[in-house]
Amino acid sequence: MKSRNRNIEFFLLLFVAVLVVAGYVLASLGRSSSIPANIVPFLIGILLLLLLAHLAVRKFAPRADFSLLPLAGLLNGIGYFVIARLDKDLAGLQATWTLIGVAAFIATLVFIPQIRRLEQYRYILMIIGVVFLIMPLIPGFGREINGAKIWVSIGSINFQPGEFAKIVLAIFFSAYIVEKRDVLATTSVGRFGVAIPEIRHLGPILLAWGVSLIVMVAEKDLGSSLLFFTLFVALLWISTGKASYLIMSGVLFSGGALLAWSQFSHVQERVDIWLKPFDDPTGDGYQIVQSSFALAEGGFTGTGLGVGTPENIPAVETDFILAAIGEELGLVGTTAVLTLFLLLVGSGLKIALTSTRPFEKLLSAGLTTLLGFQAFIIIAGVVRLLPLTGVTLPFVSYGGSSLLANWVLLALLLRISDEVRKGKTDENPMTMGAG
Amino acid sequence: MNRNIRILGVALILCFVALFVQLNRIQIFQQKELQENPSNMRSVIRDFNRERGEIITIDGEIIAKSLKVEGQLKYERTYPYGDLYAHSTGFFSFQYGADGLERYYNDQLAGQKETQQFNSLKDIFTVTDTSADLTITLNHSLQETAKEALGERNGSVVVVDPRTGAILAFWSYPSYDPSIFGSSDLQAGEKAWEEYSSLPSAEDPRLPKMYREIFFPGSTFKLVTASAALTSTSATLTQPEFDIRATYTPPLTTFPLQNFAGSTCGGDILEGLRVSCNTTFAELAAEIVGAESLIETSEKFGFNQLPPIDLPSPAESIFPDDFGNQVGETNAEPPIPILENTPALAQSGIGQFNVKSTPLQMALVAATIANDGILMKPHLMNSFTDQNGELIEAYKPLIWQSVLSRQDALSLQSAMEITATSGTATNLAIPGVVVGGKTGTAQVDADRPDDTHGWIVGYAGPKDGESTLAIAVIVESVLGQGQLTGGTDAAPIAKEVLLEALRIQGFL
Repeated sequence: MKSRNRNIEFFLLLFVAVLVVAGYVLASLGRSSSIPANIVPFLIGILLLLLLAHLAVRKFAPRADFSLLPLAGLLNGIGYFVIARLDKDLAGLQATWTLIGVAAFIATLVFIPQIRRLEQYRYILMIIGVVFLIMPLIPGFGREINGAKIWVSIGSINFQPGEFAKIVLAIFFSAYIVEKRDVLATTSVGRFGVAIPEIRHLGPILLAWGVSLIVMVAEKDLGSSLLFFTLFVALLWISTGKASYLIMSGVLFSGGALLAWSQFSHVQERVDIWLKPFDDPTGDGYQIVQSSFALAEGGFTGTGLGVGTPENIPAVETDFILAAIGEELGLVGTTAVLTLFLLLVGSGLKIALTSTRPFEKLLSAGLTTLLGFQAFIIIAGVVRLLPLTGVTLPFVSYGGSSLLANWVLLALLLRISDEVRKGKTDENPMTMGAG
Repeated sequence: MNRNIRILGVALILCFVALFVQLNRIQIFQQKELQENPSNMRSVIRDFNRERGEIITIDGEIIAKSLKVEGQLKYERTYPYGDLYAHSTGFFSFQYGADGLERYYNDQLAGQKETQQFNSLKDIFTVTDTSADLTITLNHSLQETAKEALGERNGSVVVVDPRTGAILAFWSYPSYDPSIFGSSDLQAGEKAWEEYSSLPSAEDPRLPKMYREIFFPGSTFKLVTASAALTSTSATLTQPEFDIRATYTPPLTTFPLQNFAGSTCGGDILEGLRVSCNTTFAELAAEIVGAESLIETSEKFGFNQLPPIDLPSPAESIFPDDFGNQVGETNAEPPIPILENTPALAQSGIGQFNVKSTPLQMALVAATIANDGILMKPHLMNSFTDQNGELIEAYKPLIWQSVLSRQDALSLQSAMEITATSGTATNLAIPGVVVGGKTGTAQVDADRPDDTHGWIVGYAGPKDGESTLAIAVIVESVLGQGQLTGGTDAAPIAKEVLLEALRIQGFL
């Protein structure tokens, strides 16, 4: 069983390497009608990187799901050749970050041999998470780039601690909810016959709401704010099964968002741009309008890699990378990216469904929600389904913090997946022979 | 817990389905609308990032081509002959869009026509050059002759093949070098653009006056009035006869209309054309032909219509279509109505009042008479070829309108030929070939009553065959130049151009 999974993974990774190298070559052909000079080192590099990750999984999580690593590798590879086609300098940095990301992936597998150990450190993790979250607000540390205060500078290194906060907080939420599950599930029958949790257990949800509002208002980071709150509420709901949590948090978040909208000009601006981007196509609406033009230019099959002009979309390498994919690979390309994320979500939730311990169950569902929902809100922003929120498209967008964090997240999912199967085989010696 | 995880999964799937639906809307259903949005510069950027077809004269000179450059834009557009073809090719500019043939045939030159969608899949693997080269009907040596003959005088020269409507020379002075707008040096283009835009519109060198500016046609319009008389009344070249006089006073006015330079003339229509007699044609228009026929005939020649030429935004030549209500009847047989504005009709009959024509339109009047009454659609496109030199499309001559009977056209030809041999257009005559002509000396505008433009229209061809050339030349009187006349100012230019054209065609 375990070696079969790994063998499938190996062949999928080979396929990923072929696709990524093909995309890289085609983009170069489209740009300059020439095969890239570094094609052999590139091919060797990508094979080595994937092989390294594969061997680490083989050694440290041999029973883990086979699809997660190839899916992430393909998304990372698509992102890479699109970035390489957009900006050579960024591509070099992105390659370095991918290398660091894969190293962190391996390190996570090595240094976290058992996921349940993390459960013990929940309160330390909570503190770390909150510190990460509010770090950009500390004078001297925080930096505002492109209107969002989500950056921290230490020396010459800039990073987004929020990307790491989301993982740490997912672990904390899962552990906390498992610990308090019984209390949280207790309800009293309210006046209208609706089951509502006792007031004192609303504390955590109000706290999470408060923190998410601070993130939204003080850091001007609507995306992360929505992401954290959704994560917390989703976990709470999965664990307790109480729809009242969903309703309450929906009301709370809407209220908070409405309040923020009425009080803060930057929130109003985002909403205006979302609703009427074409009112000011060369000013405020420029980015989203250019993104729509790029997607329309792509049509069904796209202009061809390297042949379009996605460069004139501001932040095309980060927030708007899907518009570049949509222009040059068309609806076919954007649908492929959506499909890859759906497959990732499917594999992640499968781990949650098959795991037996509540903590692992919640954590894998939480981490999957982070991946899937983050992809959703940024793509929704790009296609004008929601107001634009500046989060990255996991694995695809340019960005060191995001890449690093998502590779760690992936390693955690693989770790849980490995434990689930190991646990099963341990508990059911009858099935051992099947491998 | 598992139930809720499944619901979460379904919720995430629904989120992605929503994204998929929205992507379909933007990329497929709203695609055209978004691509045509005025703030969408992508098509321009795309056009400047790929090679564009060349524009070539019928005798093989490349007059517009793409040059590979280093920088933000991959190509720039240059015009090797500078200002010589500017008013035909127009320009192709990153900032200012395109004009002229560059605009009219943009899709073909850019390779956007027909199979673009199907090429996209293939384009993922290779970039194929689908642009087409445009060969136009202009002749390079004739165009150069036209430019030299007019010199640095404001004016226009239009030469048409009356048999096909092909434009052989198309020159107007002043002109400009369109390379400056096609250049990747955007600042130089901007500077020139602003400089030209600060000029009065009549002096803007970007204005292709031969098809976008209208002038009083003056006496050249007498050809149209004569045509109307032959077509719609019993009049012939020799019937009726008009009084020999210096002035004519139309009905309903006491303000007399004078002959050129106060001369005395009269006689039949033939004589009226030969010496360009104002009194004859004013009376003919006002009292014999009448408004209705004159409007009808001028519209058959192309007035009050957009000419079907393959250039963007051509100007409409104007003949007034309303001369007021009927207030009486003339003595002519049959009688025609006298209208409130019959004095204006008299003026219109000699190409003044509110009659205005492009030089192109007057060339078409001459071409129609030369082509035995059939007006062909004017055009510049000769053919499109792909990058392998294969013919994609060739122009087939098309009739625009049947204007005159062959009989009437032949009558007018004989009158124009007499005008060229012994009338006002003798400066146009060329020994050894058939030449017909009609001069015009037209008021500039009401503010400068004493200044006149010089006009000539005419045709030429071998003695024993149909006419192969029709021409219109206008030399404008710029402020301070005073009176220019068709016979002395415009005719010699037209003659020089016709000589070269006849040489090219092998008749000299």
